[in-house]
Amino acid sequence: MAGNNTNIELITIGGSAGSLPVVLKIIKSLPASFKVPIVIVIHRQRNVSSELVKILNNSSASKKIIEPDDKETIGDSCIYLAPQNYHLLIEKDRTFSLDYSEAVLFSRPSIDVTFESAARVYKKKLAAVLLTGANSDGTTGLSTVVHRGGIAVAQDPSTAEYPAMPLSAVRNVKELTVLSPEGIVKFLAALMSNGK
Amino acid sequence: MTTQKADITEDELDEMLNVVNTTYGYDFSDYSRASMQRRVSRFMDTAGYKTAVDLTFQLKKDRSVFDYFLQRITVNVTEMFRDPAFYKVIRQEVLPVLASYPIIKIWHAGCSSGEEVFSMAILLSEAGLLKRSRIYATDVNPYNVEKAKKGILPLNVMKEYNENYIQSGGQNDFASYYTSLYNNAIIRKDLRENILFSQHNLVTDQAFNEFQIILCRNVMIYFNRRLQNRVIHLFNDSLSTFGYLALGIKESLLFTDLQNKFEVVSKDEKVFRRIK
Ligand SMILES: C[S@@+](CC[C@H](N)C(=O)[O-])C[C@H]1O[C@@H](n2cnc3c(N)ncnc32)[C@H](O)[C@@H]1O
Repeated sequence: MAGNNTNIELITIGGSAGSLPVVLKIIKSLPASFKVPIVIVIHRQRNVSSELVKILNNSSASKKIIEPDDKETIGDSCIYLAPQNYHLLIEKDRTFSLDYSEAVLFSRPSIDVTFESAARVYKKKLAAVLLTGANSDGTTGLSTVVHRGGIAVAQDPSTAEYPAMPLSAVRNVKELTVLSPEGIVKFLAALMSNGK
Repeated sequence: MTTQKADITEDELDEMLNVVNTTYGYDFSDYSRASMQRRVSRFMDTAGYKTAVDLTFQLKKDRSVFDYFLQRITVNVTEMFRDPAFYKVIRQEVLPVLASYPIIKIWHAGCSSGEEVFSMAILLSEAGLLKRSRIYATDVNPYNVEKAKKGILPLNVMKEYNENYIQSGGQNDFASYYTSLYNNAIIRKDLRENILFSQHNLVTDQAFNEFQIILCRNVMIYFNRRLQNRVIHLFNDSLSTFGYLALGIKESLLFTDLQNKFEVVSKDEKVFRRIK
């Protein structure tokens, strides 16, 4: 796969319906000493004041999940979650920008928006992972990641609770690595030991 | 499958924004780059420009292209009672303090089409303060300002706004604040009486009054840190001592050099108060 031996400096993960258990599994299995920052985008219901941060934080005692404020600097060993109702973008100076513009593919935060803007900044130092979901968000984003030299991964649709989202990526993204949740965990652990 | 977006390089964007600034006096150079890049490429897609160079050329020679660009380039999405918990803080903690002023001067900076301003007017009216309030609502986008002056919203979103209103602690009949006409909701005239909508550019225009509260929500997320800092200075110059500053819930004063001039009124809802 492309860029396998370059050092990864950011990991983005996008998930929709059914992705919470997979995200939890990934976070829990991260090596305690992980350095490479992780940015997670999960579709959530609008205006339902979300418990997601709490759930994620309770389940991973040692790792804290942060909903970043606008213009916050991306830090090593940090896990970020896109706040609800905003798109999460990344600036060249590696700070976050939030954006309240229209939903994309009915989603805000949009996985495509975050993946694309991360790809512009991190290029081949980005690995992006797309998980289960019931729509087609993330496909364009993964294509951009590949186009800019980064690594694109999708959850194996046969292991996904809702296969539509990874399936769309499998059909449309070339140079895609397809992995089971266990495979993703191993893959990230390997990236982590290579990275930073 | 998904539509391919127009790509635009950093240099092309610089050149375009430079042309816009020198030709029309609108300076977008310190806007957040990531979002500006998206807006421009989106504009190119919807308006049918194939290359950034082409758009830049048209912008330079045709004022009407620029007018349309200005109308579409800012993010204008807004809601009534967006972030209900924020309005609860205004209702419960801020308005009781503002009530002690004989005239309450309020500035909504970046008011878009007015939804936030109408929400505030409702709170003021319920607190019996509207009559002695002077509300200045400004936006850089003249199209937004014109829309806001009309006070007409699409009827189909009022149900959602009603839910926001209730969550914010509202106890009246929300529908009593507007009249329905076909697919429109017209905000009651008496609610709009003390509101002055006008164009004002936070990048280039000066302070124009002194306020007891300034609301600037989800506007500075489109600015880089340098511009954010300048605008916070402008607000500081425009606030009375102990005046309030309300930002969007994901915005922070942490990256400005004036942070020690403000105390936190609500950490989660990003309401601050000038103390020096
Ligand atoms: C996302 S809307 C926020 C509307 C409202 N405050 C809210 O939170 O719902 C952002 C607004 O900021 C305005 N804006 C952008 N740049 C500005 C500037 N330089 N000066 C004044 N307003 C600006 C835009 O035109 C737009 O109406």
